[in-house]
This record gives sequence, structure tokens and C-alpha cells, in this order.
Amino acid sequence: MLGNKRKSVVIQTDGLSFTFGNQQVVKSVSLRVPAGSIFGFLGPNGAGKTTTIKLLLNLLHADSGSIHIFGQEIKANRIAVLGQIGSLIEQPAIYAHMTGRENLRNRALLLQIPHSRVEEMLALVQLKAAADKKAGRYSLGMKQRLGIALALLSDPQLLILDEPTNGLDPNGIIEIRQLLMRLVKEHGKTVFISSHLLGEIDKMATHVGIINNGEMLFQGSLEELEAMSKPLVQIEIEGNPAEAAAAITSKGFTVADVEQDTLFVDYLSKAQMGEINTLLNQKGYVVYSITKVQKDLENLFLAITQKANA
Amino acid sequence: MKGFILSFKSEFYKSRKTFGFWGAIVLPVAIVGLIAILTFFQSSKVAHTPGMMLWLGYVGIVSGFMGNLLLPFYIIFIAYSVNNIEHKADTWKTLFTLPISKWSVYAAKYFYAMFLVFLCLFLFYALLIGTGDLLGMLKPSELHFSDYNIAAYLGEIYLKLFLASLGILSIQFLMSLVWADFLKPMGIGLLGIIAEIVANVSKWEYVYLIPYAHPFLVLTNLREATRSTITGKTPGAMPSLSIDIITREVWVSLVFAVVIFFIGFFIVQKKSVK
Repeated sequence: MLGNKRKSVVIQTDGLSFTFGNQQVVKSVSLRVPAGSIFGFLGPNGAGKTTTIKLLLNLLHADSGSIHIFGQEIKANRIAVLGQIGSLIEQPAIYAHMTGRENLRNRALLLQIPHSRVEEMLALVQLKAAADKKAGRYSLGMKQRLGIALALLSDPQLLILDEPTNGLDPNGIIEIRQLLMRLVKEHGKTVFISSHLLGEIDKMATHVGIINNGEMLFQGSLEELEAMSKPLVQIEIEGNPAEAAAAITSKGFTVADVEQDTLFVDYLSKAQMGEINTLLNQKGYVVYSITKVQKDLENLFLAITQKANA
Repeated sequence: MKGFILSFKSEFYKSRKTFGFWGAIVLPVAIVGLIAILTFFQSSKVAHTPGMMLWLGYVGIVSGFMGNLLLPFYIIFIAYSVNNIEHKADTWKTLFTLPISKWSVYAAKYFYAMFLVFLCLFLFYALLIGTGDLLGMLKPSELHFSDYNIAAYLGEIYLKLFLASLGILSIQFLMSLVWADFLKPMGIGLLGIIAEIVANVSKWEYVYLIPYAHPFLVLTNLREATRSTITGKTPGAMPSLSIDIITREVWVSLVFAVVIFFIGFFIVQKKSVK
């Protein structure tokens, strides 16, 4: 399913399953996250994203299946594997009674990282000015940025981020996006990032995995996902769109959707577009525009998850 | 070992601005300070007391409420405080995704709680000796503290108290690790203390099996031993006070501590971090 450009796989799970009580929340998930990718792990709330991430970090123990990270089995090589991962799970875990700088210094102490790196991280996530303020008084966005700084502190090869842009304002979201893209492009890192919003992911992800009700519905490159979306002919007209749709259908074309003054017809060829145009003109409709469009990813995502729910 | 030392340092770094840490310092400073001030202003009442009796009376004020009240409650609070830092910040998940063994994280936290109990008891000991000596210097004609040296004897008592408190610490530590709220470990701890008081009042012969009774037993057994030493002394001679540190209640406390420490680790190893 993945592109041929793949050099190596950083995260590989096979048949990963996990049950909370009676409910199976992860169902035989087999992930392949290529090195140097930004892997968007998408799914609605409650789809099993956080549980999968906790399994990847060995916080939860799978009922069945295996996890290999950097080619090493996680349980047998827990410390070696975790040494290469920086993570942020759900809300950032921050000591509220300590300042932002102290939170980073505490982590630096545990990981034996020099204090200069703490200052670099504070600058990177733009918390220098608030570094000596108690983290409990930070806004949600500032906490999130501190959480990202904590994840990046050890300069890990793999970043696992669970909804890292929660609570960030649009500028903050753009900054984090640019930062992650820079880390991948310039420093060869791999980023595994979960979100319930495709719009947030499709601007930076190179690969996408879609999970719903614990099942992987799609996994592959962004191009592969786009290829799944069938092109449509979008026709903007003046006149009764329902009647126009009936006329188009009578010629053997499939009308996918009818909106207020716009029709969507399954795309076949350029000749088909010409034919539809002529037909509508003959029937007295004014055609303002007729173009080939791709179904946007948001709708595609919804279609994939809704199909699975049906 | 490196992971343990780093985690232990981190425990100090995290707690140094919390009441959990400062409690270990403020509690002995406040209590001993108060006793010293009262003794200073009421020195005329004990003006003719010989040095040894003066010392026993002076350090005995703390022992009066240390066994039943102060030490068990302090341990309940410390065990809660050390674990609550992580519950409150939701940081267990972070601690267990660091490249440090779970054993190091768990053991460092446990030994840090133990260190705080030790620090508190050590400060009680050092401050009692220090303030006693100081009072003797400030009022040499009334307070004859300099006539007797109680340091070694008191040191043995506080060491024994520390060892006798480890059973309670282990139980409370495990409960505070597993449960995020204060009420469960506090409630069960309180029940333990009540059970200990009832067992002592009714003179139950197996009271030494209740960990919550150990500090109290150390001090009651000691009071009896001291009384018999003093009454049995050769007339005119200064009695030599000493104690057996490893007694039955201390053994039971240590066994509880070791067994529950390992059970706790087993739970941490198997437990999922939600």
C-alpha cells in the first residue's frame, strides 16, 4: 500500500489488538510508518487513536500482536526504543507547581541533557518570556507548546504526538506545523501525529492512516488517499437544478449530488463534459461554469469513516 | 543504578517547592521550637531537676504524641504527597515513557519518601539535642542539660522509630501509588491507627503484628525499660541508658516494608497506565 520510495519502516505493528473490559478498542491494527515521514493518524474521537499510541509506547500491554519500532520489539527493548522517542499523549503532562523552565530542567536532569538545550527549546516554542511563570498558570496553548518542547528535548528520532494542536490558536497551529515539517525535512526525523481533523493533517502529512472503531480503514501516502477520490464534473447553472439533473441522467450520466445551483456528475472524459454542456444549452439552461473537480479530502475522510459505520 | 540516582534527584527537584518536602523541615522546627521556648520561659519550675531527668522530660514531650499521632499521620501524608505529584500532573504516563527502567522510577520514589521520613526524624533528634544544649548555655543555673549527655541514647531511639515506621510507610506508599485520591489511603490509614489504639488499650498480645502500632510500641516499651533502669540504679550513680534496636516490632515492620515494596513493584510492572 505504501509508496515504493520507502527506505525503512520506523513503526511496524502486526495484528495489534487491545480490549478495555468487554470492549475491543483496537482491532488487529497493522501499521507501517516509513522513516522520514509525517504520518497522520486520523480518526474520530474515541476511534482508538490514543489507545494505539499508548500501546506503541508500552504504557498498555496488547492482548495480541506485535510492535517493532526501529526494527526492535518494544517489550524486549523497552529502554533502547523509548530512548529514541519523544512523545506527547493527550493533555500535556506538566507539573503545575513548577515553572516552564523547571519542567524542562527536570526532564533534562532525568535524561542528562545540558541546560543549554532547555533554553533552545524554550526559544523554539516561544516560551522564553513565560519561562519563569508557574506552568499551572499557562494557557492551554502554552501548556501544549511546553508539552511539545518536552517531547523534543532529547532530540528524538521519532516523535509521537497525540493531538498536539489541541487548544492552539491558528498561529500556534501553523508554527507547530512548520516546526514538524522542518524537523522531518532538515533533520530526517519521523513524526507520528494523531488528529481527528483531517484539515489539520493534510497540510503537512506525507502518509495517512485512518482508524475508526479500532479498525484501520486506510493506510498509505497522501497521494494514494487522493487517488481514491473519484473526480466529478461540477456544473454551475441558472435554472431548476433538479430538472437539469433529470435531463443529464436521461443521457446515461450519473448525477452524484445536486446543490442549490450546482450539480455534480461523475467524471468520465472531456468529451462527456462537452456533451453535458451542449445538452444543458439546448434545454435553455445558462451554464456559468463547468469544471472537473476532485472530492476534497475532508469529504473523502467522512465517506470512509461513515461507510465503516454503516 | 544511574536511572535510580537520576530519578531520586528528580524527586527532590520536583518536591522541593511542595509542602511534602517542607513539612519534613517545618514540623520538627515548629514543634521543637515551641517546646524550647516554653522550657526557656518556665525554667524556674525545673530548676532543681538533675540533668538526666531534665533531658528525659524534655525529649519525652515529643515522644508523648509521636507514636500514636504524629509519626503515623506524617507518614500517611508523605506517602500521599510523593505520589500525588504525579497523579495531579497526570505524569505517570510520561515517567513510564522515559528511557529509564520502571524499577528505578518506582524505587527512587519509594526511597525518596523514606528519605523524607528519615529527614524529619533526624531533624527532631538534632533539634532536640541542639536546643537542649542551647537552653543549658542560656540558663546554666536553672537548666542543667550540660550535666548529662543523652545524644547516643536519643539517637538510638530515633533510629529505632525510623525502622519501626517503614512498615506503615510501605502500606501507605502502595495505596497512594495505586489510588489518586487522598481519602482512600487516609481512611485506611486512620482505620489502621484506630485498630492499633484499640489493640493497645485491650492489651492484645499480637499487637506487634499491626504495622501502625510499631512506633507506639517502640516508645511504650522504651518508657518501661527506662523507668526500670532508673529505679534499679545504684544509689548515687548515674544510670547508663541504652536500648535494643532490633526488637520484635522492628522485625515485623521491616518484613512488612520489604514484602510490600516488592508487591508494589510487581503491580507497577504489570499495571497499564491509563
